[in-house]
Amino acid sequence: MSIAAATNGKRHRLVPPPSPADGALGELLEISMGPQHPSTHGVFRMNLVLDGERVVKLKPVFGYLHRNHEKIAESMSYLGSMPYTDRLDYFCSLTNNWAYALAVEKLAGLQVPERAEYIRVITAELTRLQNHACLGGFLLQDMGASGTPLMYAFREREKILDLFEALTGARMMCNYMRFGGCRCDLPPGWREQAQRLVAEFPAFLDEFEALLNENEILMARTQGVGVLPASLAVNASISGPMLRASGVNYDIRKVDRYGIYDRFDFQVPLGEHGDVYDRYMVRILEMRESLKILRAALADLPEGPIMDPKARLRGFRPKPGEAYGRIEAPKGELGFYLISEGGPHPYRYRVRPPSFINLTILEDMCLGQLVADVVIILGSVDIVLGEVDR
Amino acid sequence: MLGKGIIKGLAETARNFFGSFVSERRLTTVPYPDARQPLAENTRQFPFLVYDGDDWEQGLRCVACQICEKECPPQCIYIVKSKDKKPDYKGQMQFYPAVFDIDLAVCMSCQICVEVCPFESIKMDTEFELSTADRFGGLLFHKKQLAKPNAHYHRIHPTDAAASDAVLAAEKAKQEAKARAAAEAKAKAAAPAPVAPPPSAS
Amino acid sequence: MFPRRLSVFILRQTLAAYFGGLGFYMTDALDQIFVTTKQFLVAFLAGLFPPAWQPLATLLISAVVMVAAIIGVFATLFAITTVLERKGLGRMQNRHGPNRVGIPFTQIRLAGFGQPAADGIKALIKEDVVPVAADKVVHFLAPVVMVVPVILAYAVLPVGRNMVALDLDAGVLFFFAVGGAVELAVFMAGWSSRNKYALLGAMRAIAQMISYEIPLILAAVPVIMIARSLSTTGIIAAQAGQAGFLPAWFVFTPWGFAGFVLFMIAATAESNRSPFDLPEGESELVAGYFTEYSGFKFALFFLAEYLGLFVISGLAITLFLGGWHAPFPWLAWLPSWFWFFVKLLGLIFVFIWLRGTLPRLRLDQLMNFAWKFLLPLTLINLLTVAVWHYLSASGWRWAVCVLMVIVPYVALGRGLWGHRRVRKRVYRYAE
Repeated sequence: MSIAAATNGKRHRLVPPPSPADGALGELLEISMGPQHPSTHGVFRMNLVLDGERVVKLKPVFGYLHRNHEKIAESMSYLGSMPYTDRLDYFCSLTNNWAYALAVEKLAGLQVPERAEYIRVITAELTRLQNHACLGGFLLQDMGASGTPLMYAFREREKILDLFEALTGARMMCNYMRFGGCRCDLPPGWREQAQRLVAEFPAFLDEFEALLNENEILMARTQGVGVLPASLAVNASISGPMLRASGVNYDIRKVDRYGIYDRFDFQVPLGEHGDVYDRYMVRILEMRESLKILRAALADLPEGPIMDPKARLRGFRPKPGEAYGRIEAPKGELGFYLISEGGPHPYRYRVRPPSFINLTILEDMCLGQLVADVVIILGSVDIVLGEVDR
Repeated sequence: MLGKGIIKGLAETARNFFGSFVSERRLTTVPYPDARQPLAENTRQFPFLVYDGDDWEQGLRCVACQICEKECPPQCIYIVKSKDKKPDYKGQMQFYPAVFDIDLAVCMSCQICVEVCPFESIKMDTEFELSTADRFGGLLFHKKQLAKPNAHYHRIHPTDAAASDAVLAAEKAKQEAKARAAAEAKAKAAAPAPVAPPPSAS
Repeated sequence: MFPRRLSVFILRQTLAAYFGGLGFYMTDALDQIFVTTKQFLVAFLAGLFPPAWQPLATLLISAVVMVAAIIGVFATLFAITTVLERKGLGRMQNRHGPNRVGIPFTQIRLAGFGQPAADGIKALIKEDVVPVAADKVVHFLAPVVMVVPVILAYAVLPVGRNMVALDLDAGVLFFFAVGGAVELAVFMAGWSSRNKYALLGAMRAIAQMISYEIPLILAAVPVIMIARSLSTTGIIAAQAGQAGFLPAWFVFTPWGFAGFVLFMIAATAESNRSPFDLPEGESELVAGYFTEYSGFKFALFFLAEYLGLFVISGLAITLFLGGWHAPFPWLAWLPSWFWFFVKLLGLIFVFIWLRGTLPRLRLDQLMNFAWKFLLPLTLINLLTVAVWHYLSASGWRWAVCVLMVIVPYVALGRGLWGHRRVRKRVYRYAE
């Protein structure tokens, strides 16, 4: 059918005629950015009302990638949900695994052996490295740097993914941690390879910083843009690097000291202004701290078993109760809340996704900024739609 | 001074530009179909069924217990248990899968089927170039396409395959020891006579 | 060994250039080869007409030959540049860039230089989508209107000795006048598409191009003042010879260097190249004013953009880099058009390099940059060139003019950010 036939021969009006009810809009322009837009990081949509290029109103619309994760998990064995957690934040599958494993271990009272704890810390910090590196790249891509920083970040990320592949068999969907430990031990030579990577990584960071940190355009674009005051951040339950960029000292690795994080010496970088530049820089600095943890963990990785002998793979039925396991994922506080009735699958399964909750504050950061800023503010929140929509 | 950071950045890209002609480190892409990166030993892609011996139908280790079918998170495995039985590697009579299908379009390569299988019969393959023009049946792999010899398993995952063989050998030895003990007990019951103590199970 | 043979050749030619002889006539013939070819072609074709028509026929045929040459050469350069740009960007990003497309049905890959042919065929056979709500006539005309003034601007661009299509007395003026028509096409495209992104992109493009045209022209004025000519050939003639051990190009003077940098910055903005590619800033506006164009119309926008880039680089070469002059007399045996294209490729590389490195500016910063930074600097540069002209040639002249360039640059650079105080930050750590 031709367009003329479809529109009944009449000229199709895209813009409805102005009605008195629309008077409030006046000279404003309403545009819908996304879900098919080059810089919405997936299928995310922002309904913007613009005055010229200045944002008057922003309505985030998400759910395009809703996959019913929580409900599926409630009809599936505990183990069966593990590969699905990989697909929440597909950049950081190993930290997702850890948070879920932590929740189930609390529920079932399993004790993770020493070596497995070290391996978990190592993989989680490697995950943080690649996530933050890529975030820097994506942010600069949104700023129009035609992919150069992104490609440098990906070059390093590939090395980390090679490590993940050697360890877990998959580059992104690792599905590695199990309740009470880890699925398999380090392959021979892995530790040395990881140590080499950790030794080489600062060179990449120096290169990345030389490329961009002092760049006047970057500073002009990001400083003072998308300011998030500390009080608002705390009230909105923001977590992770975004919260720390606003100057709030809250890192679950320090607060909860889950796993064995109390054994490592690292610092928490804090921002002052809470703008996009702070968010970017806090992540760069966090990478350097992660390298410290990695160096220590790889140096004193103990020998021993990697699974709790009490852990069972088949017929796993934790006793009735509830548990909340949370970790400092690269994007913020990632928590899993589980209620067990003693059956093979959880009664209730709930994810606290950091990027979803960090996204709720988007409009407050964007009001009064320009369209070009909206894109980088969204980029600096560091969202992954798989986690936002679940 | 204005422009310092920009010049620094330009120097960095220039270094990468000229470095890409001389240094491997600055030209990291592998032109894929012409050159390939070696796969890590642990690499997993999609499951396959292991068989011993030469006949894929006779040697299939799977006994159609359907645990993997139940545990598979995206439920991409479909098994129909056989009516009759055939002997397995230990010589025991076992069921076998009359139908064993895996829809690789649904499979998410999570390896849970491998972990839960008590018979070491389903393992992960490293083949990933499976694209097909048939979008309905092309990725629905049947028993015949899934069955691959133990030698293949040894080739792609030597360490795991050796461990798996050891497990099976131990099972078999235990089974034989048990059978021998049972036979001896029977013999003893039939005609009590002093015999040497049975060798301990390995 | 090729390089050794090449070096022997260079040595021999250099000696020939010094001592005259046969080599001189050879190089002169090579230098003028296109001019003589054109004269021969025009004379031959005009001879086919009756004698009474010959003056008119000569004029017309000469015009057609030159237009065909300009379009042919620069369209080819466009095709090569698209590949070179992608390869160059790739190399900056640690990857190969396009290296597959070669001759179809064979294994010959031509290192990826078959890509433009493939792209062209794809653009031609793609469906031409016109939005239902678009203003069809204007939507169709916009890409055409975009290409025409850009090609017109080539008329006054000398690409070699005696190689200029139209040696106007007011060549530079003509150049800027037709260059200004591009804005019309951009606005036509953005407006007629009935797309909000296109409209925003067109608004940005108009604001940006009009703002940057002023520093662009003002940066060119010192050259006109010193060369005492508005003609492009006259400006090149003023840069002949040597000044000390350097060539007498305007870029090797303080005001000329400042003018060249300012001109290049404004040219980057005029041709919508990164970091000033806001009109098509893909992370914000999808594709800006040509969001709703597909197929060959899109390719035309692309073509016009690159042709605009070449022509404005060509003007920069003419104004500041000595046009087709060889940098040193002992290299003058290489033909003049060769030097022009070497310089052109050099400038194109700079554009690619900038694109590979810099993030994009924001609209208000872009405007601030044009009005609060570039414009004052170009005005001060006018003063500098006057000082340069009236002081006698000495070390003092250099010192005064260098100061007159650097001091305003630093001062205005400080003032550019105003109260916002953009700077590197120091971070504190908890505990």
